Amino acid sequence: MSAQLTTGMGSDQSNSINNTAANALKIEAPTGRKSVIKRLISAYRNTPRKFKVGLLIIVFFVLLSVIGPFVRPYNPNSNLTNPNIVNNSPSFSHWLGTDYQGNDVLSEVLVGTGPTLLLGLITGLISTTVAIVIGVLAGYYGGIFDHILSLFTNVFLMIPALPLLIVLEAFLQNNGTYTMALVLSVLGWPWGAKVIRAQTMSLRNQDFVAAAKETGESNFRIMAIEITPRMISLIASGFIYAVLYGITASVGLMFLGFDTTAITLGGMLFNAQNQVAIQSGYIWWYMPPALIVAVFGMGLVLLNYGLDEIGNPRLRDANRYGKLGRKNMRPSDPTPVLALLSNQGEKGFLSKLTSNGFSRRSLETSPKSEG
Amino acid sequence: MGKLFTSNKNANLLLDISGSETYDTEAPVLSIENFSIAYRSIQGDVKATDRVTIDLKRSEVLGLAGESGSGKSTLAYGACRLLRSPAIITDGKVTYRGRRAPREGIEITALAAKQLRQLRWREIAIVFQSAMNALNPVITVGDQLDDAIRAHLPMTTTARNERSEMLLDLVGIPRQRIKSYPHELSGGMRQRVMIAMALAADPEIVIMDEPTTALDVVVQREILTQIIEIKQQLNFAVIFITHDLSLLLELSDRIAIMYGGKLLEVASSKDLQYQTAHPYTEGLLSSFPSLRGPKKTLAGIPGSPPDLRNLPPGCPFFQRCRHAASACRSVSMNLQNISRDFAEPHLSACPFHPGPGADKRWKAPDLVDDAVHLDQPMHASADGETLKKGLML
Amino acid sequence: MKYILQRLGFYIVAAFIAITINFFLPHMMPGNPIEAELVKLSQGGSNVSPKTVCAVAQQTDTYSPHCGLHKVSILSQYWHYLINLVHGNLGYSFSQNETVAHVIASTLPWTLCLVGISTIIAFLVGTLIGIVSAWRRGGSIDGSLPFLSFFQGMPYFILGIFLLYFLTVQWNTGLPDYGGVAAGIQIGWTWAFISSALFHSILPAITLVLANMSGWAVGMRNVMITTVSEEYVLAAQAKGLSNWRVVMTYGARNAIIPNVAGFANAISLAVSGVLIMEIVFSYPGVGNMMYTAVTQDDYFLLTGLFLCISLAVLVANFIADGVYALLDPRIRKRAANS
Ligand SMILES: Nc1ncnc2c1ncn2[C@@H]1O[C@H](COP(=O)(O)OP(=O)(O)OP(=O)(O)O)[C@@H](O)[C@H]1O
Ligand code: SF4
Ligand SMILES: [Mg+2]
Repeated sequence: MSAQLTTGMGSDQSNSINNTAANALKIEAPTGRKSVIKRLISAYRNTPRKFKVGLLIIVFFVLLSVIGPFVRPYNPNSNLTNPNIVNNSPSFSHWLGTDYQGNDVLSEVLVGTGPTLLLGLITGLISTTVAIVIGVLAGYYGGIFDHILSLFTNVFLMIPALPLLIVLEAFLQNNGTYTMALVLSVLGWPWGAKVIRAQTMSLRNQDFVAAAKETGESNFRIMAIEITPRMISLIASGFIYAVLYGITASVGLMFLGFDTTAITLGGMLFNAQNQVAIQSGYIWWYMPPALIVAVFGMGLVLLNYGLDEIGNPRLRDANRYGKLGRKNMRPSDPTPVLALLSNQGEKGFLSKLTSNGFSRRSLETSPKSEG
Repeated sequence: MGKLFTSNKNANLLLDISGSETYDTEAPVLSIENFSIAYRSIQGDVKATDRVTIDLKRSEVLGLAGESGSGKSTLAYGACRLLRSPAIITDGKVTYRGRRAPREGIEITALAAKQLRQLRWREIAIVFQSAMNALNPVITVGDQLDDAIRAHLPMTTTARNERSEMLLDLVGIPRQRIKSYPHELSGGMRQRVMIAMALAADPEIVIMDEPTTALDVVVQREILTQIIEIKQQLNFAVIFITHDLSLLLELSDRIAIMYGGKLLEVASSKDLQYQTAHPYTEGLLSSFPSLRGPKKTLAGIPGSPPDLRNLPPGCPFFQRCRHAASACRSVSMNLQNISRDFAEPHLSACPFHPGPGADKRWKAPDLVDDAVHLDQPMHASADGETLKKGLML
Repeated sequence: MKYILQRLGFYIVAAFIAITINFFLPHMMPGNPIEAELVKLSQGGSNVSPKTVCAVAQQTDTYSPHCGLHKVSILSQYWHYLINLVHGNLGYSFSQNETVAHVIASTLPWTLCLVGISTIIAFLVGTLIGIVSAWRRGGSIDGSLPFLSFFQGMPYFILGIFLLYFLTVQWNTGLPDYGGVAAGIQIGWTWAFISSALFHSILPAITLVLANMSGWAVGMRNVMITTVSEEYVLAAQAKGLSNWRVVMTYGARNAIIPNVAGFANAISLAVSGVLIMEIVFSYPGVGNMMYTAVTQDDYFLLTGLFLCISLAVLVANFIADGVYALLDPRIRKRAANS
């Protein structure tokens, strides 16, 4: 402290308070002017790990599905029922073995991941768009309009989607990927719409909306430019869940035998189920598609947990400051006393604290009064 | 408002004190010494309470005033060790010397969680800033009162019910409200319930953290009057936290002014008002021209409180002080007694104070200013060679 | 009370909408189930008597020249349909050669018991995990929550496949992997039946519990962390209450409310998932029957099952709303105000 003081004093000598204030500002300057790399690094550090892992999983499978069709070792649709290569376990020539028609499972997976993910993506896009439109309109206008829309939202939220999808699909009879995405979207919007409506209602009453109205902006502009962008994290999380729903539901429907003309992960599982692959022990055949769906789903869920954490500072801080040294703090713990902690003989306690974001300087005991 | 109770009835609320002979009636009931608390954060640590030393005397009302963010709540909750995770007590100790405590006192800063639970509410109770938030919305007022009693007093269910009802009587709430949920009560009623709850286990100290800020002026007045009356009968000590200095001047025996995590001035209400020692207090006093008017911002003090992460050395009030001079950058912030009356010390952190009774103008020395002379014994213990030279002329 | 009545009103409207969808949707679609069945009959693909088919056609106002029935306006069909519904008349299943009501009565209990019991278990266990991990954050349970999300992100039937593989093929635990009860046991309130049914439901139930649990756990944890930083929890600690009381009466008691409110979405998702999962385990519930109905183009059975499932979910939600009102005293006031 005294070292700091003397340097501070040097500039004080030339008095003038303004000068000192400027000096005080200068000391802080380095923290404000970080290099781009440093900022990237700190942004990376501040991103929740769940988010990073989730993103990594998603990027991996998206790349896989894009590159897959080009690197597949065999034609997955050859349908050559050569008895020698039917239901083969993994080997050097067929890394993931073959299925009941002698098709190479690896090739099937490489080709089939794309359509499955695409279906999820399209479903996510359509149903999120519908959710935004309905949610924002209902929340913004309120009144009887809102009553009707939210009644519908709530009813659709409760009607179990899958039986209705089955009924719809049963009557539409295998009309291809886009029809299925459309059918899925018809039932995929209510959850997002409900959340977005609630948020719009609270945004609607805020000052910036009133200000925009005063400057004569149209309702449409206010909704599109003022309100919607403020809900971006909500929309993102709704979108992620909609994609997850799209993938889960479409894989489920295909598992039931709908739309199995193209090669998809769901279709592979359908075939496996039909050929009693599990009971027959053909693990190589049904495990890869099942695992891809499961892990990709986990990636989406993790991504959303990460988003939650980014959007809710309390969650983030709970994770960040939940530790003191090596000890996990509970909400019931009394405020820790530094002297007690270091008395308990925890070796290197201070350095552990420092690694937890506690700067060393503030821990050093402040100078005592002089008399 | 009239008296809502007879003192005879309230005698029931006082609990039998066994072993009351052992305690030292002269000693302060709570001593906070050199107490520092920091909140960890990525951007740096917030030193929300910095080397605070203050005593709470038996059954006195100690006012704690300061702007928002000055660390008042941190100090009070920290003394009960109620602050959560990013907070850590970096220095100092808090000693409790109540009627039920052993003679040498209980060092709160050394207690384990279980002992602390026994001490809390039984000895030190808190009335929280916003009663709406401090009451559990999903259980009844009666259950919450009962909770507090049951945790500390060995009583039968009927006795506890009886006590809960008496507590409601005490604060003037109809007994049948005991079955109400918090949202069914008005703001004033909720605050009264909080006060009743604080008294549930007959504590020695009650910390009131802005108990009336959220209420309108009339209700505020009623509740304050009630607090004073109850206090006189049940005889507990109060730490009263507020922004409103004018209110404290009426209410408290002594007042401590807090700023940037530090105490700037501690004096009896009278001295603080008429012999103001610190420029910040002066500013606070001039910000509240009317006694019970609507809440105002600190019009008397331009600027905003300093960033507690990065306090520059010297006086924390430097940036906003009208009397600031370069020497203030390097003064020690220790409180010094400027009163000649040792029975009633008047502590101030501004070393450039002219002294009681002197002309009310501050003059802080520029370091090269020869004209500096202080008509006081040197209470400014300044760091740094140059400053010393400057002062010792 | 007023709140409950309001909700009841909502559910009646919702049920009405579900019924209406159930009626209009198939009628919008191309094809005529009666004619299709008659074609099947003539090809020898069905053992339903033509008399029955015509009776069904008559009852459902389906246009059928074969049975000598004329086109009826859709509105009067709808009216007739509603009246049939009131009498519990859901049509006839050609593939099962039984009334739809009968088929439902023999399949719905399986699904309801499975979903009901495992959802409640998942909710309780998940909530408990959420409480513990919020209170001991950073602890081992909290640390394992992200791994639980593995079970949450996949369709139930895939989890079922995994469990089936690991618990019956890889490590032969002897758990039954097929059906709802051992062969040859009569359905009834006998110990043999109940124990066998419970035994058979272990694998599907584990699947459901695992899949649902982590959602509840993470939801509860996140709400609980926010709740714990509320001032009333701090006040409870300042009161010197025991940790147990602070956690349960002040923390969890409040944090569980939004979770119960989220039940509506969760239960309909769970039901959707279960229906497919039943196929993996050949469980004799609604899902499997629905699959049969799809593969055999059994139109009346399909819509009848859909209707029942929807109504069952609505009832479950109504119960959840009741619990919600019991848990949150404020909700009653809010309802009274609106
Ligand atoms: N959990 C926390 N993490 C980081 N900083 C905190 C935390 N809680 C409080 N602070 C900081 O500590 C300082 C003191 O806060 P405190 O609540 O004690 O002020 P106060 O005087 O009670 O203010 P008010 O009058 O508004 O209640 C503030 O600057 C605040 O920003
Ligand atoms: S030390 Fe200087 S800046 Fe601080 S209050 Fe006194 S005169 Fe003002
Ligand atoms: Mg405060």
